[in-house]
Amino acid sequence: MASTAAVPFWRAAGMTYITYSNICANLVRNCLKEPHRAESLAREKVHFSLSKWADGKAQKPVLRSDAPAV
Amino acid sequence: MFKQASRLLSRSVAAASSKSVTTRAFSSEVPSTIDSTFVESWKKVAPNMDPPQTPSAFMKPRPSTPSSIPTKLTVNFVLPYASELTGKEVDMVIIPATTGQMGVLPGHVPTIAELKPGIMSVHEGTDVKKYFLSSGFALLHANSVADIIAIEAVPLEHIDPSQVQKGLAEFQQKLTSATTDLEKAEAQIGVEVHSAINAALSG
Repeated sequence: MASTAAVPFWRAAGMTYITYSNICANLVRNCLKEPHRAESLAREKVHFSLSKWADGKAQKPVLRSDAPAV
Repeated sequence: MFKQASRLLSRSVAAASSKSVTTRAFSSEVPSTIDSTFVESWKKVAPNMDPPQTPSAFMKPRPSTPSSIPTKLTVNFVLPYASELTGKEVDMVIIPATTGQMGVLPGHVPTIAELKPGIMSVHEGTDVKKYFLSSGFALLHANSVADIIAIEAVPLEHIDPSQVQKGLAEFQQKLTSATTDLEKAEAQIGVEVHSAINAALSG
């Protein structure tokens, strides 16, 4: 089995397939005509809060929000 | 494989009762006493027990491959947020695989193809529907079912050519000024995607 098979340039640069695929999708969304572009970008907005736990207590949360202002 | 099962089920009992302390590899605790009531009841039950089942026993059987090639290809085209085509019967689809445009007819050899940004066309009689796919995979099964998955798929009419030109110029500029490997890779992806959209719009 060839474990030295040619890797795509993005994997050689340390990027995973999901990251590559999401970048491609974002670029396509940015090239759309107006009503479709706004719809698709709005569809992809995320909002989450992540906190790690230690000793039974939540540490400081990390908030990620694609709020409309950004 | 499971012909040996009943022998194996009763073998452990025989081994345990002959030596009271067995040295077993990879075990940190060795039981020092054997519970004889357990051994007796186990001996009674063991020959009548079925061997444990594996996950494949609970799976539904794989759909069978028809003996003659079907006349139509069944296409399932899905995006993360919507199912564009579900079980649609078509004559042919042309998918933008990384190895080039691939035509899929009914009876295609089972394949898993990674897709690059490009045009997918669905041919039904004289009807041709084209979508620009951002990237994804196409799973072609032996029973002439094609599962095509992409993150973004847009009809060509929804694309704004001026934005594409702007993006292409911007990423070409980023490619020349990129320093780290990651920046270069991102700029390269930008150039490839925009060039593919350009080619799609003009082709």
